[in-house]
Parts: sequence; structure tokens; C-alpha cells
Amino acid sequence: MLKDEDRIFTNLYGMHDRTIKGAKARGHWDGTAKIIKQGRDWIIDQMKASGLRGRGGAGFPTGLKWSFMPKESDGRPAYLVVNADESEPGTCKDREIMRHDPHTLIEGCLIASFAMQAHVSYIYIRGEYIREREALQAAIDEAYDAGLLGKDAAKSGWDFDLYLHHGAGAYICGEETALLESLEGRKGMPRMKPPFPAGAGLYGCPTTVNNVESISVVPTILRRGPDWFASFGRPNNAGTKLFAISGHVNNPCVVEEAMSIPFEELIERHCGGIRGGWDNLKAIIPGGSSVPCIRGEHCREAIMDFDYLREQRSGLGTAAVIVMDQSTDIVKAIWRLSKFYKHESCGQCTPCREGTGWMMRVMERLVTGEAEVEEIDMLFDVTKQVEGHTICALGDAAAWPIQGLIRNFRDEIEDRIRHKRAGRKSAVAAE
Amino acid sequence: MLRRLHHDQPKTFSFTPANQAWAEAQMTKYPDGRQASAIIPLLWRAQEQEGWLTRPAIEYVADILDMAYIRALEVASFYFMFQLEPVGRVAHIQICGTTSCMICGAEDLVAVCREKIASKPHQLSEDGTLSWEEVECLGACSNAPMAQIGKDYYEDLTAKRFGEMIEAIKMGQTPKPGPQNGRFASEPFSGLTSLEQYANARAGENASVHLAQTQEDTLRRIDGTEVPLVTSWLSGSKPETPRVAKACVKSAAKALKAPEADNAKSTGKKPATLEVARNSGADDLKQIKGVGPKLEKHLNSLGFFHLDQIASWNEMELAWVEENLEGFKGRATRNNWIAQAKELMSSQQPDAS
Repeated sequence: MLKDEDRIFTNLYGMHDRTIKGAKARGHWDGTAKIIKQGRDWIIDQMKASGLRGRGGAGFPTGLKWSFMPKESDGRPAYLVVNADESEPGTCKDREIMRHDPHTLIEGCLIASFAMQAHVSYIYIRGEYIREREALQAAIDEAYDAGLLGKDAAKSGWDFDLYLHHGAGAYICGEETALLESLEGRKGMPRMKPPFPAGAGLYGCPTTVNNVESISVVPTILRRGPDWFASFGRPNNAGTKLFAISGHVNNPCVVEEAMSIPFEELIERHCGGIRGGWDNLKAIIPGGSSVPCIRGEHCREAIMDFDYLREQRSGLGTAAVIVMDQSTDIVKAIWRLSKFYKHESCGQCTPCREGTGWMMRVMERLVTGEAEVEEIDMLFDVTKQVEGHTICALGDAAAWPIQGLIRNFRDEIEDRIRHKRAGRKSAVAAE
Repeated sequence: MLRRLHHDQPKTFSFTPANQAWAEAQMTKYPDGRQASAIIPLLWRAQEQEGWLTRPAIEYVADILDMAYIRALEVASFYFMFQLEPVGRVAHIQICGTTSCMICGAEDLVAVCREKIASKPHQLSEDGTLSWEEVECLGACSNAPMAQIGKDYYEDLTAKRFGEMIEAIKMGQTPKPGPQNGRFASEPFSGLTSLEQYANARAGENASVHLAQTQEDTLRRIDGTEVPLVTSWLSGSKPETPRVAKACVKSAAKALKAPEADNAKSTGKKPATLEVARNSGADDLKQIKGVGPKLEKHLNSLGFFHLDQIASWNEMELAWVEENLEGFKGRATRNNWIAQAKELMSSQQPDAS
């Protein structure tokens, strides 16, 4: 089990002093200038060596992403944009960082911005997180007062401004190019790629968009060394990770654990077990709403990392685990996600705009059982037509949970339809 | 999703002085010529001030940011947090209904709302104080089920506790935000399984609840005086970088050109202008429909301070003005400023004499 001294987010629950004084006492802002003086290439090499994969869901190696930024400026400034638009259903980890341990993020912004030669960084926080925004802004103000931001930030010789910006309730703005559109003051509709943000992002300038957690872990990795970070988790799945467990466990919580922790250990140690015991477990969604679910009987031996869950045709995503016990109507649970995606589709691409509504309506009928068995295949076919045919991944994200449901719980859907039909028939017979 | 403006709109909107100062401070976060970036924060503040987002508010914000109205409307109708119709006078209650909350009992909370507030979402309660809606994931899933009321999250709810809260709000109280089951934040309810060394020295409440308790603005309309305006990024020696951004700002070149009458393009015929307002003081040009604070300032810089100046433009002169209304081209004709100015003058005449 991960020891407290190996935890990066030492004030995750906000029980310790949340001000800059407390943050410094816990070891943050220690030797920041020294790290920056090691130079850009050193930082990027260290990040690559640490094996950190992006914590926003896709798991793209962070160091590699940073290295895509132009080495020499062509006159355009570079930007770091932090994606704090945490809206993936099930995910509530960045919230805890921003309200309780904000200095990890602020220090990370300074170092990461230096590594990509950005003098300005924007944090885009979701609009609903009003208190989190206030807490984070207060921490930014503290950092300015202490000379850790602004000109010659933290006496590193690097001029750096950090601005907090917020959205207004659109899930799609968690997609990086939609986020940039929104930050420029427009509707959050994703852009075509290429050009990638590293070439032309915010205001047409080179930009890197990173998740809150990816940035927040940077200072600690650089202080303690990439080997320390890589010592957790299986190869290619390095580090510690915030897990957010919700649903039918005895004690839902957000907790930092080592990557590749077995699912059983995660639940037993931190969540007090599955409600009603392991036999009562029906399914889990291991990585936020966008990944397919896994049947309960396959969960116990599951290993919580990118590669294992991908082999199970699911994914780690944001490590937001939604646990569902036998009392759950799984079809309805997935239908609710379909409703979510229909609500959040930005309407730009037809397959997604029309498809999400279509999928939701068929799901609605599968919930009640008023459907034909053939429609299950038809629905599967539609998800395949949406998947991969849209500008951004929202279409895919809407398709995957349904595919996961059909793959894992086809029997249950069929039973429901047959049952309904039998009910109808017997009603006719009784007349 | 189709979202339209409410049929019944108030006549005017303006920020309170403190909110205006706040709004102007927000605009300094973005590079020159990119002030449109501030639209979401400004629209949101307008909504916080009024309770919902009115058409005059959208236009007011568009004027401040030099944006076409349609661009601002596009933003207002795209983002779901903007309430385009009136909500409860005291509170608008938003129940998170997405899967994590749903399987933990969000549907029971919705039932409570139907019973105690109104049968349909977005419908006002009988006394007009409350309204409710089901929203998509609010990102507090480990504390499901939960609801956002005003600025705050109320977590770990039960139908019973939620019902009590609504009754308390009806009585004019503000229930304490945060987890309602005695939990501190998002740690395991039964006790800490990590980070135990800080548990004894723990603060009174988590960061969100602490802010709510000290500012006492959970259900308040925000007029900008609740907390002092802090612009840490402007204080001291500001790095020069945001200015460098001009290089990639297409419209920066435009913005750089001072809208001085002398440098102005010469299409049409330049009307008579004034260096400064007459001794009687400048007229409030904002009375003219389509002129906001931003445009008023712009008109002043072109040398127009009085309604009679505008009323006396001829067609050629109007064309000149249009040419020089950076970013607002066409508005003077569209809103018929000349006729408006004439009308305003004649309506003011009796008072003046």
C-alpha cells in the first residue's frame, strides 16, 4: 500500500493548513528556482523518464506532449492551458486538488510553463466549481504576494503570469480544442486537427493543454526524481494516481494510490468493501462515463491501470470508478449516460448530434423492454457508425458505454424484452 | 439543444459600480484585442447580479467587450449555466442527476423538488421564491447524491435532509453547505485510510464550506461588494509577455489604431465634432438604443458628446460615422440613431425649458 510520505497530495481532504504557509510546510515550493535553473531540456527529459501519462483520460505521455512545443519562438508567445473543466461523470478528483491543495497546481504551472517557454498560463475551471474557483484564486493571489508568480517568479528568472478563467457548464469544453474556443470567448465547439494546439492553439499560438492532476504532480516528480515516481505501478503505467470511487461501496471517497493497484485492494482498503459484499457486485465503470463497463465477476482480479483495463476492452480514463451493485438497473444506468451525451453534444457533427439522440431513445425503450431483440444489434450498429466519425471524441465516448453494455449484459437486455413480450402475450391470452 | 431568450425582458441592465470594476479587471487577463475571452465570466457575473441572464444584460456585456450581439447571444445560449428565463427569487436548486448520483438516490431528490417546489423543472414555486432543475454531473460524485443551491454544493444528501433544507430556505435560512452527513470532505465516511497525521489538527470545515461561511453569499445576488476586488496579476512589476501576444493577434493592428478623428478613414463627410463636451456637460448617449458604455466612450473620442450633434448628422455624415465605428459598423444606421436622438431631444425639451 502507498505510504503517506509517498503521497503527492498531502492535503487532499483539506484537513491541514490550506494556505501557502501550510503548503510550504508540506514541502511544496521547495527549490522551485533550482528546478527551473536546470533548464527546459532537463525538465522534459525527467518528465519522460518518470513515465507520467496524462491524467485527463487519454493517458498520453506528458513529457512527450511537452516536447511537441516549438523550441524556438517564431515571435508568437506560447501558452500552457490547464484543463480544469472536470465534468466526466464519476470524476471528482481535480476538485479536491484545487480547493485543498492548490499550490501543487500553481507550482506545477510555473515549472511546466517554463518547460514549454510559456510566460502565460490559463487555468480553465468548470463554471459550477464556484468555491473551488475562489479557493484557487485566493491561492494564486497568495503566490503573487509571495513573489512566486509575476516577474522573476520564485526568483527563477522566469516571468510568469497565471490566470484563472471559468466556463459555464458545457462538458464539451473538456475537449482541448473546444476548451480553447471557449477560452477565446466563443461556443465550445471542437476544432479540426491538424493543426494541433502545439502548432496553433490559443489565439493561434503554440499551446499545450494538460489536465490539473498531470500538472500538479510535476513539482514533486522533479523534486524526488523520476525513478521514485516510476517505482509505483507496472511498467508503462507509472506513478501514483487519484482514484475517485462513487456508487455502491460502503465508503465512497477520493484517494491517492499507486497505479496498478488491484481493484479489490482499492475497494477493501479505502472504501470499506462493496455494499452487500463482493457477490452483490454487478458491474463497475472503471474510468469515468466514457469507458465501457466491466462485469462484477471479472472485477475482483482487475488491476487499475491503463494497459490492463484496455486489455479488458475498457479503460482507466480518469480513474473515476463507478460501482454498481445487484440492485442497480444497469440498462437504466447506461441510458442515463446516453442522456448525458445527448445533452452535451455540441451539435457540430451530424453523426453525434443525431446519433446521441437516437441512441438515447433506443436505450429508453431497452430500459422498459418495449423493443425487439433485433434492435440490440441495430443499436450496436449505430454506435459503430457514430464512433470515429466525428471531429472530437464525444461521439466515441457516447458509443462506448452502450457497446460495453451490449457486450456484457446482452442476456439481461434480451430477458427484459422477452419478459415484456411474454407479459403482453399472456395479457392477450387472458382476454 | 434549442434555448431561446425569455419573452418578457426587462428594459435595461447595467452592472453595479463594483461589478463594473470587477468586469474591467477581468478583461485585463487577456492579451490586447482579445477581450472577448472574458465573455463567460462577465455574463456569469451579470447573472449573479440579476438571478438570470436577460437580453439587455447580454447586449450590455457585448458592448463592453466590443462584440457583435449575435456572438454574445451565441455564447449565452450555448452554455447551460446561463439561465435564460427567470428563476426562483431566493434560490434555483440544481440536482445532479447523472449516473453516480442517480444510483445513489438523485431521483428521490427530484421527487422532493416536485413535491415542495413545482411539478416541472424551471417552473417557479407558487410564491416565486424557488425553482429547480436536474443538471448533468456536477463533479462531486464521491459525495453523491448532491445538489447545487446558489453558489454552494450540498453533498451526501438524503431525501429527508433535502426536504428539511428546502423548508429552511423557505423560512429564509441558509443551510450549511458541504456534506450533510457529517463528513468533512471526500474522505471515507467511516474514518481516514490515508493522511491521518493531519486529522487531529483539522480545520473547522473544508475549503468550500469555509468560504461559504465567511462570505455568507450562498444565496445572495452578487453586487461585487461581498469581497474586495483583488487583481494580483496587475500589481507590482507585470511581465511584458501578454503584450508580446500582439504578434499573433489579428485584430491587434486594428485595436492599436487610436480611434482619433484625425487618423480616421475618410469615407463620407466628417461631421462637426467637439474637442470636449460643452459646459453643460456631456449628454448620456447610452439613452440611445444600441449604445452601451463602450460605444459611448468611443463616440466621445470621435468628438460626439451631445444628442443634438447626432440628431444633426446628414446621410454623408452618418456614413462617415459608420466607417469609424470600429467593430460596430452598421449599428448607427440599423438602430437609427439620428431619429432616436431627435426623439430623445424632443422628449427632453419640456424639462429643459
